[in-house]
Amino acid sequence: MTVLNSSNDLDRIRRDFPVLSQNGLVYLDNAATTQKPRCVADRLYKFYTEEYGTIHRGVYQLSQQATDFYESSRETVRGFLNARSISEVIFTKGTTEAINLVANSFGRAFLKAGDEIIISGMEHHANIVPWQQVCEATGALLRVVPLQDDGAILMSDFQKLLSDRTKLVSMVHVSNALGTVNPVSEIVKLAHGVGAKVLIDGAQAVSHVPVDVQALDCDFYVFSSHKLYGPTGVGVLYGKEDFLNRMPPYQTGGDMIESVTFEKTTFAKAPARFEAGTPAIAEVIGFAEAIRYVQTIGFDYIQKQESLLLAYATAQFEKLSGVTIIGTASEKASVLSFSIEGVHPHDIGTVMDDLGIAIRAGHHCAQPVMKRFGVAATARASFAFYNTTEEIDMLVMGVKRCQELLA
Amino acid sequence: MSRLEQLYQDMILEHNKHPRHFESIESPTHTAFGKNPLCGDEYHLSVEIKDNVVFLIGFQGSGCAISKSSASMMTELVLGKSVQEALQIKEAFLTLLMQDEAGTDRSLLGKLMVFEGVKKYPVRVKCATLIWRTLEAALEGVVEVSTE
Repeated sequence: MTVLNSSNDLDRIRRDFPVLSQNGLVYLDNAATTQKPRCVADRLYKFYTEEYGTIHRGVYQLSQQATDFYESSRETVRGFLNARSISEVIFTKGTTEAINLVANSFGRAFLKAGDEIIISGMEHHANIVPWQQVCEATGALLRVVPLQDDGAILMSDFQKLLSDRTKLVSMVHVSNALGTVNPVSEIVKLAHGVGAKVLIDGAQAVSHVPVDVQALDCDFYVFSSHKLYGPTGVGVLYGKEDFLNRMPPYQTGGDMIESVTFEKTTFAKAPARFEAGTPAIAEVIGFAEAIRYVQTIGFDYIQKQESLLLAYATAQFEKLSGVTIIGTASEKASVLSFSIEGVHPHDIGTVMDDLGIAIRAGHHCAQPVMKRFGVAATARASFAFYNTTEEIDMLVMGVKRCQELLA
Repeated sequence: MSRLEQLYQDMILEHNKHPRHFESIESPTHTAFGKNPLCGDEYHLSVEIKDNVVFLIGFQGSGCAISKSSASMMTELVLGKSVQEALQIKEAFLTLLMQDEAGTDRSLLGKLMVFEGVKKYPVRVKCATLIWRTLEAALEGVVEVSTE
């Protein structure tokens, strides 16, 4: 594999993303969604213009080939996660649907009144609301590990909540609002110690850190393609195979059955069991292309570049007066949430936009996190391996412009 | 003036820093809570109507420069006006920002014309209109309004 380490490499990488060459665009909203390399767009175009057909049912060549592409994408994802088997990789619409799938299937089948689900104080709404709904339906109880001032959780707080009533722990790997990286291996070990299943929400993690689900030993791992340089509309639910086959289907319909009569239907095993209807075929195939692209860049380079960017940005921001960084955990991904004294985040967003800088302003679908830090919203810059320190200099200029204009 | 300078005009910036009637009033006859969940803008508006006239008005809460200055200038403009006049100004303001400006009765708006620049930032229109929706809700007896 090519070793990438010079600024020439960065230039070359940036050329892989056509949108980045747009005049004056500084794209720093990667935690919301990442830009797409040309190879992903090309793959979608080729599939739609030359290879398009449905999967799993046609006897004709186009359909068989599309099925091969689709199923080999499953193998690409399996390899990316180091899952034991392709049967453990279920394609969903995204992270949100993957969590809803587990909440509805596992939750409603295996949880009862008095059982407990543990989440953390830094969860995205997508890892809060589905569990609240399950609790309402089953009488189970939602417990929350509190956030420390730096935006991390203490394992001692987590241990205090664990008991034989704990049936599921659903925790984010990397916080989208704060950047905190959770000690997921330890969380899994402790949860398994009381016999609980563990779901890890990896939506924000997979683009920053390599994930090995066997080493991690989690029961479920979920993430989205669009935050990993792939198309929208596709996500993954990884689950341990034996357990998946004991879970009832989430949606029912075509492609997920063994046999149907008007009296009785038997369901296919995973993954088909959880993929009712015609899936996002082209997007899944494009997603596999994105994963191959990320693997070509390699996590060594990605992590090196992203920690450089985070360290540089943090140092620059610490020099600014009237600016507070929200989320200062020792283990952090390249997410910089901040507030400027006297300037509302939405005004920050508008001033930045005027300079061509795309950042996020708002509650980041994590209102409990905002409440914990006593703010209605924050501004957030999030960096990908294609970002540069020059772009961070622009961001810093943007902060100064906000202060001149509004503070 | 750049697009940004048209948005953040001096008058808007000044009202954001020193909002008028930024307080709760003692005996309101009409109140409403307005929020813009996407941004987190939140304002409590309280109004005392006496003999069909806006006798006292105050607002409290937090939000961006556009929503706060809009609230501040709204309170200045409707104070002392009849309920009907206040609602007419509200209509003119909403028309200015949300529809074809040809239909706007500019004579009613006076200083509020500084918000015309917001039109060029469609996502910020709901910031400028939030307090006017809240006023409408208060006068119509609606407790809570959201500009989502």
